[in-house]
Amino acid sequence: MTLLIGSIELGLIYGILALGVYVTFRILNIPDLTVEGSFVLGMATTAVLTAGGNPILGLAAAVCVGALAGTITGLLQTKLMINHILSGIIVMTGLYTVNLSIMGGKANMSILGNDTIFTMAGSKTLVALVLAISTAATVGTFFRTRVGLTIRGTGDNEEMVRAASIDADRTKCLALAIGNGLVALSGGLIAQYQLFSDVGSGAGIVVIGLASVIIGEVLLGRRGVAYGLFTAVGGSIIYRVIIAFALKVDLFPSYSLKLISAIVVMIALSGPYVKKVLREKKSVRKRRSMVKHIKGYVR
Amino acid sequence: MLKLENLQVTFEKGTVGEKKALRGLNLHMKEGDFVTIVGSNGAGKSTLFNAIGGRCRLDEGAIYLDGVNLTGLPEHTRARDIGVLKQDPLKGTAPTLTIEENLALAYGRKSKGGIFATNRRDLEYYRELLSSLDLGLEDRMKTPVGKLSGGQRQAVTLLMCTISSPKLLLLDEHTAALDPHNARKIIGITEKIVKEKNITTLMITHDLDMALSVGNRTIMMDEGRVILDISGEERDNMTIEALLESYRVKSSKRLIDDRMLLS
Repeated sequence: MTLLIGSIELGLIYGILALGVYVTFRILNIPDLTVEGSFVLGMATTAVLTAGGNPILGLAAAVCVGALAGTITGLLQTKLMINHILSGIIVMTGLYTVNLSIMGGKANMSILGNDTIFTMAGSKTLVALVLAISTAATVGTFFRTRVGLTIRGTGDNEEMVRAASIDADRTKCLALAIGNGLVALSGGLIAQYQLFSDVGSGAGIVVIGLASVIIGEVLLGRRGVAYGLFTAVGGSIIYRVIIAFALKVDLFPSYSLKLISAIVVMIALSGPYVKKVLREKKSVRKRRSMVKHIKGYVR
Repeated sequence: MLKLENLQVTFEKGTVGEKKALRGLNLHMKEGDFVTIVGSNGAGKSTLFNAIGGRCRLDEGAIYLDGVNLTGLPEHTRARDIGVLKQDPLKGTAPTLTIEENLALAYGRKSKGGIFATNRRDLEYYRELLSSLDLGLEDRMKTPVGKLSGGQRQAVTLLMCTISSPKLLLLDEHTAALDPHNARKIIGITEKIVKEKNITTLMITHDLDMALSVGNRTIMMDEGRVILDISGEERDNMTIEALLESYRVKSSKRLIDDRMLLS
């Protein structure tokens, strides 16, 4: 039971990460690797401010610096015309140094014994639930506004958005800022949840986010943006519960988490194509056997 | 209204593949003019539209719209006053967004409806516009545009281009990818909207019959210049044969076949 509750809590907090990944990957249609750096950026920023006695300010600051990191990636893509994957990698790499220097040059930092948003509210589950749902609802509402719609349009058909006198460069930067702000918030909450921050915890986080988004879509269906945001959080919870129980029954060693995530994402992303190829092969076989049948009949 | 002065555009400048797409093109249009453009492939028709829309740089020359110099302004700034419709029905709409969301994107800052993209007041207006198309789309406003046929998508795109009453409308063979029935329908809708909103319009077409019957003026382009410019009585008396004949006389190219102009 403790295990289940613990993994639901983690699922909700990482659900905010999934929201961020959903914004960039599904809505803006750009796989953004900045996330690997901005997650730790949020963690480090929150940890330092939490250690200084400002847990709430820490989370707010995490959102701001995360958004700033996303904006920088956006500017590299739109103003300096650097390939979007490479822009993410550049910012992520640069952030590694930034994250270390925020934590005073140390690779990890403990905030054990400090007040966090979880200790202040008393119930970890409640905080995680309220934050995940309210964030998903806020982001969902935002994408129904005019500005939100321009971002969805940019992801769908950039050329048309430009033709509608909308500055697509700006909408891209905005979407990347929102996505990375959410990811950094998730990182900050994780720091307060586990009471430490580690500079290496961003590695592979983008794949974990993608896995959550995809699991949510596969198991809960695809139906519009607002629904999609909630399935991303749902997918994150399901992902955490599955992982927790797989580890519990010693199905996998505890360090196999990332390989499993990578395989899940690989299967899910290749799924539609593999399905199509299989279907085509099947219909070709059917046609061939039909031709054979007819030939035999004619003879 | 629209004044194009000595437009010059060169592709691949300074390389062996250098190609002069526009060589000092001049054109003046009055407000409400509906000009059709004909010319063979490579005459510079699409380059002209790209130059006006801000998608390619001018080497030389200037573009004035309503007295404002557009030269050097970015594409999205010009798009406030210029609507562009292309041949491919897939290009002008966002497929996963619904019809009403696409219209809301295009209506953009002209809407006074508040911060939400689809509000009741705007939706009423969109419904009215859609029902004027006579395609039954007003009952399918929540349908993603990707589910519509090519003709329906092009009709929605036409509404999107004109919804914020641009000063200038550029139609680049916008019916060429449609079957004859839908093409006629879209042309009818085009003429109606252009007339109602009194939008100055340029239309590229390969259909010479359409070029002479739609609009009030026809120009013929060749090698990046205007080689024929007819309107009024001269245009009314023009036949397709005479148009082809004048192309033969004035074009720098040796025509192998009349089809060059038509394809």
